[in-house]
Amino acid sequence: MLNRTADNVARATPEPLAKKIRGISDKGLAWLFISPTILLLLAINIFPLFWAIYLSFTNYRANRPNEVVKNLGLANYQRILGDQDVWIAMQTTAHFVFWTILLQTVIGFTLAWLIDRKFRGHAFWTTIILVPMMLSPAVVGNFWRFLYEPQIGLFSYVISFVTGIPPTNVQMLSNVELAPWAIIIVDTWMWTPYVMLICLAGLRSIPEYIYEAAEVDRASNWRQFWSITLPMALPFIMLAVLFRGIENFKMFDMVNLLTGGGPGSTTEVASITLKRQAFESWRTGYSSAFAIILFVAVFGLANIYVKALNKVKQR
Amino acid sequence: MSLTTAHSVVAPSANSKRIAGVIIVAYALISIVPLLWIFATSFKTPPDSIAYPPKLVFQPSLEGYCNLFTTRTRQTPEYINSLGPATGLCDATVRKRNMVIAGPSNFLPRFVNSLIIAFGSTFCAVFLGTLSAYGFSRFKVPLADDLLFFILSTRFMPPIAVAIPIYLMYRELGLSDTALGMILLYTAVNVSLAVWLLKGFIDEIPREYEEAAMIDGYTRLQAFWRTVLPQATTGIAATAIFCLIFAWNEYAFAALLTSGTAQTAPPFIPTIIGEGGQDWPAVAAGTTIFLVPILVFTILLRKQLLRGITFGAVRK
Repeated sequence: MLNRTADNVARATPEPLAKKIRGISDKGLAWLFISPTILLLLAINIFPLFWAIYLSFTNYRANRPNEVVKNLGLANYQRILGDQDVWIAMQTTAHFVFWTILLQTVIGFTLAWLIDRKFRGHAFWTTIILVPMMLSPAVVGNFWRFLYEPQIGLFSYVISFVTGIPPTNVQMLSNVELAPWAIIIVDTWMWTPYVMLICLAGLRSIPEYIYEAAEVDRASNWRQFWSITLPMALPFIMLAVLFRGIENFKMFDMVNLLTGGGPGSTTEVASITLKRQAFESWRTGYSSAFAIILFVAVFGLANIYVKALNKVKQR
Repeated sequence: MSLTTAHSVVAPSANSKRIAGVIIVAYALISIVPLLWIFATSFKTPPDSIAYPPKLVFQPSLEGYCNLFTTRTRQTPEYINSLGPATGLCDATVRKRNMVIAGPSNFLPRFVNSLIIAFGSTFCAVFLGTLSAYGFSRFKVPLADDLLFFILSTRFMPPIAVAIPIYLMYRELGLSDTALGMILLYTAVNVSLAVWLLKGFIDEIPREYEEAAMIDGYTRLQAFWRTVLPQATTGIAATAIFCLIFAWNEYAFAALLTSGTAQTAPPFIPTIIGEGGQDWPAVAAGTTIFLVPILVFTILLRKQLLRGITFGAVRK
């Protein structure tokens, strides 16, 4: 590789164009390279964001573009923070985020810990386990609707077969109690591999000599797990938790296709409320204010996340 | 192995390996059942697909695939008998249900939209991402950390929240329901991933190569083109696949911002209906065709997966 590069370099003769470009300083080149990305993000992310901030102070409705736009000041924000439905949606989101993360972390870490035994064929089976997380949550989530159908759905059939509950009574998506769990199950199925993969990296980053030293000191397996394995893998677990936390806070695809927020509003997470307000009731100003509130929340989480990310990186 | 060979005292025992293996294999098998069920359902007839109890053994049929690609109308048996012999497999299959093929369905155009938008946005994101990543990796950029955080943070915005102003902006600019609009949007979302991943890959290429090239008379730009890019190809390929998978799988923006001509496959597949409800074999057929490219890419990517899903933070 080195020789080939050296050959290429040796063959080089500066071309006329190069002389012109040579005029560009490193600093100029850096900006030339970086600015297109920044400009695109300004146009597609930041400009719309400021537009949304402006709209959040108005009563604008996207389905009535010709109506006179009134400035409402902070009224939209006040209404949102006093809106019972918004708080219920936030609670639903919190419930959903809490349980998916708990299940995914426990199952994901356990799987990673088992895979780390390096039994024969572990690489192949790891790849199989990873498949669900690469698929489209919308397209696969849509198919889970079929698996959840009472009687004819495979999932409902297996549940009624195992528990003896009459097959017509296993109504995963239309039962108020079960619908949130139906979504938690699909999310856990899909994203446990994600947590597992990051945990596996954490477990593999622990140097073997630490365990050897512990063995010399006759530390029990139990003690080794709590004093070495878990603390040393913790930054990685945290990384996975934060990542899933942010993603699940935004969760839309699966919920929209599995239940659409129903039955009633039992699975109406924040993104679904936002979609209903913005694209069904067309309360653009009001929903912009809600969007800004969500932005701020996610931005706070993202900040913590990037700090944690840098911590893991330093190892 | 001779007795004097020191082997690791911390290697898991054969027994614990066996137990771990059994649990992992069991989990893997259970977790792919839904995917196998999609595949199986795509080869069932509509009555077989909704049988109780669910059918494990069935006569395979291509009806789901026929229904996926066509629209059909119900006709009287007399009318169907008056037609000439069936012109193809699908024609014959459909006639058994007293239907005739009325025309092609929207699946193929939606699938082509997915291809155009996914490849178009991936190309743009990787192009912009490579340039920016090189800039951040090799030059002292003022406020580099803040800019990188800004680039990453755009990825954390909830898609519905972004979609509200984008919807209005695209309406003003005439970009609503166009492939160009979707390519721009997906490029903006993917470029953050591309910059972060590629910066990691380019950081790993020793600077000495470029420095040697520049001493020999190359300009910075030539050194980038001839020494850095060739060495970054693996990283660029892996990044491209990640961008492709994101754009391919994306649903929220597509569902809210496209409705017809530029609609992609993910919002289309759930709307496939047959007579009296969802046509599950056709949905399964569409899902299967949609998922196969991703399966191939996942296997190609398995060594880079960890890096991709953590924005390059964890490299193994």
